[in-house]
Amino acid sequence: MFIASDDIFHKVWILAKTLNPMENEHQFNELQTVRLKVNGEQHELLLLPWVSLLDALREHLDLTGTKKGCDHGQCGACTVLCDGKRILSCLTLAVLKEGAEITTIEGVVRGNQLHPLQQAFIDHDAFQCGYCTPGQICSAIGLFKEGKAKTREDVKELMSGNLCRCGANIGIIDAIMEVKDGGMYE
Amino acid sequence: MAIKPNIGQPLNRLEGRQKVTGSAKYAADYHVPQLLYGYVVNSTITKGKIVRVDTSAAKALPGVVEVLTHENRPGLAWFDLQYADMDAPPGTVFKPLHDNKIRFNGQPVALVVAEEFEIARYAASLVQLDYEEEPFVTSVEANLSKARPAKKGIATALKPPPPAPTGNFEKAYEAAPFKVDAEYYHGNEHHNPMELFATTTVYEGNGKLTIYDKTQGTINNQLFVANVFGLRYKDVRVLAPYVGGAFGSGLRPQYQLFLSVMAALHLKRNVRVVLDRHQMFTLAHRPQNLQQLQFATDENGKLTAARHAAFVETSSYEDYTEVISSWSHRLYPISNTRFEYKVVPLDLSTPTDMRAPGGVTAMHAIECTMDQLAYKLGIDPLELRLRNYAEVDPSTEKPFTSKALRECYRQAADSFGWSNRNPEPGSMTRGNKLVGYGMATGVWDAYQFPSRIEAILTKEGKLMINNAVTDIGTGTFTVMTQIAADELGLPIEDVIFGYGDSKKPFSMFQGGSSMTSSTGVAIVMAAKALKKKLLEKVKEMSDSPLADADEKDLVFRNGRIALVNEPSVHINFQEIVAANKGQAIKTTKMGKPHLLKLRKYSKMTHSASFVEVEVDKDLKTITVTRAVTAVAAGKIINPRTAHSQISGSMVWGISKALQEESVIDENLGKYVNANLAEYHIPTHADVHQLEVIFAEERDELINELGVKGVGEIGLVAMPAAIANAVFHATGKRINKLPIHFDELLE
Ligand code: FES
Ligand code: FES
Repeated sequence: MFIASDDIFHKVWILAKTLNPMENEHQFNELQTVRLKVNGEQHELLLLPWVSLLDALREHLDLTGTKKGCDHGQCGACTVLCDGKRILSCLTLAVLKEGAEITTIEGVVRGNQLHPLQQAFIDHDAFQCGYCTPGQICSAIGLFKEGKAKTREDVKELMSGNLCRCGANIGIIDAIMEVKDGGMYE
Repeated sequence: MAIKPNIGQPLNRLEGRQKVTGSAKYAADYHVPQLLYGYVVNSTITKGKIVRVDTSAAKALPGVVEVLTHENRPGLAWFDLQYADMDAPPGTVFKPLHDNKIRFNGQPVALVVAEEFEIARYAASLVQLDYEEEPFVTSVEANLSKARPAKKGIATALKPPPPAPTGNFEKAYEAAPFKVDAEYYHGNEHHNPMELFATTTVYEGNGKLTIYDKTQGTINNQLFVANVFGLRYKDVRVLAPYVGGAFGSGLRPQYQLFLSVMAALHLKRNVRVVLDRHQMFTLAHRPQNLQQLQFATDENGKLTAARHAAFVETSSYEDYTEVISSWSHRLYPISNTRFEYKVVPLDLSTPTDMRAPGGVTAMHAIECTMDQLAYKLGIDPLELRLRNYAEVDPSTEKPFTSKALRECYRQAADSFGWSNRNPEPGSMTRGNKLVGYGMATGVWDAYQFPSRIEAILTKEGKLMINNAVTDIGTGTFTVMTQIAADELGLPIEDVIFGYGDSKKPFSMFQGGSSMTSSTGVAIVMAAKALKKKLLEKVKEMSDSPLADADEKDLVFRNGRIALVNEPSVHINFQEIVAANKGQAIKTTKMGKPHLLKLRKYSKMTHSASFVEVEVDKDLKTITVTRAVTAVAAGKIINPRTAHSQISGSMVWGISKALQEESVIDENLGKYVNANLAEYHIPTHADVHQLEVIFAEERDELINELGVKGVGEIGLVAMPAAIANAVFHATGKRINKLPIHFDELLE
């Protein structure tokens, strides 16, 4: 099957069926209540158990700032912060994140005040189409927290999970370095 | 007196805040009520027909609303012409779900529509299809015997076939003291914008649709939808205010648009169809090609003969072409030429223009051939270019409207430190690395298309500019606002640019680096017409202090019209609106190139790229450590966004030379790396120092703004410069892109 052969959700489904062969499809399709805390707000959602965190945010909470570029953990466009750590929301099932503090790009801005990194992205023209931008910003905030990146080369290496097809790479790294060197990210 | 405080300023992108806060909405981001999700099923064979369709298992799944295939799809427009979009090449347009014939691997064969995305996707895997397979071909190299000239058609107007031969190539080549005969090969490439192709169709009732689509041409897609589905133009509205990159892939309507609209009309519901990354490889792509070049020079390095033959992939159903073989003759004077272009029809989807189509393909081959000639002649590669520098367009003998290529060479070479190069291959090292310097020239057309602008002085005294054009990340929104602001003497904040909407006045699709000239010039024309109208109103006003003033003594500045010599004597825009009974004042104007005047000239942009590579002595891994590109593209309206266009293109150059290729398994007829993990593009760690220089180029002829466009020129010279640098580092000529390190291993 062209579409489903490498499709992770399909595999999850097959796995579930193998583990419990008596379970019929109808049960499997049953909606579940999932409580998610996103950008400080509690939400209660009715979701199929194999809905990704990315699709839950986008399709069920209308938080479309988080982008889908591949759905396979290969591009970084879907990066969000989960208890301060950067994660790929396309590779995360929403049901597994009950009780976690999730921050999306919509929660990075402080009231009306842009996060210093957001401002730096604008100042360094660190995007063209802007599609990879929310993921780049969330990823960089996660990177600051990790504290591993010391040099520009470190930052480039540790940001390489976030692709940018427009080729705004230099602007992106410049923006991150400015904020990192200024220590303005806390 | 025209004061231009905004043009030439490196303004930040006006939509920056939306893009960094996630509030910028792309085609799949619209939250519409009662939304259905469509998921596409693609063929698993490459050629043949569908002999059995069984959708029962899919349909039985709770939540599935409909499964559309060629057997049950609604009736549609019958004639091919109605499917044709503005960019359709000659041939028969591919019509999704039209019949049971399979023309390429991954062809859409069914659409599952369900209440939830996850259900639609799962149900798609339950659709059963049986096929009858036929033999297929997917390689240009293996099918050169099928090469033939391309059919001609309307869309080929911009892509003329190669010119007739000049002089006597055979004789001149035979007699020449220095010659190079080389073959170049490029694999397929996919645009792979970060945004997935997506369409959200809102069913408004009464045959009306609002469509959020990923496209480079809102009007192109509006016409397509109306024609195919038999709707009235005014009932179809296509919106694309934000486009997550496209690079040519959004020039033609893609099949998710067709399928989403079909399902919405059929079910009378709102429907979203998003392609996945794998499916993105079943659309537009840059064609694989094989090029043969034979170039010769006299004793002094002057080119005397050139043959350039291109064999380029097209599909089995359309004759897509690019301009490839004749570029050398627009750059270098050569008296004996023979240029050929042949299509090789393969069982793949039709290729589509991808950033600098044809140009970057050709210039890689031409500029690597020039590098080889320089080595044969024993002269510096840059010196060889200068000895063959064309003061007039060699292909037409027409003068250029402007050409600052010499400046590009000089400034880029200086900044790069080209004079430090030891020409001996393998002679420069840095620790365990071989260091190579390479250079190449870039050239691109300066297009301008008709565009219609509506200019409105609003009730609030602001300027509103409306046009259907998109901004695919190019900076169009910001640049157009700058042009409009200066034309009417307003601060940026008082200009509202309405775009990305087919309801707005006509624009061509965004391609060919043409928008700044096309839309920009139309804005100038419309603003001029609006100013004239405002001046007439001013004269009519009862107590107007400017009633007797001569037009040339008046200036538009800071939202008012004032006497040049006595600025205190003025009228505010708001007063004019008030005198107009509080009504907005409107004009509409078509901007067009000055075809008659420009017929006497050649219009081109140029660039020169200088590249340093490091090649690991043992592992042969290649790194582009630094690159300088100088560009001559007329007036630069916004140096910041233009800089991003060029440096982004340079990253594309690294990608094309060293990384990206869609690899086809010829036994299966499909791409085996159809995902972003295996389709390599540069990551942050692959991008090092990139310097962009804009050579001063005043062009009073080309158009009112003196602009030429920067979307593609930054890419054109890079792959050849990189390949030449790899040769300089290693002594090996690798004429197949992308260059892999294993080809450099002993
Ligand atoms: S969408 Fe999650 S990594 Fe690409
Ligand atoms: S800005 Fe377009 S993909 Fe990064």
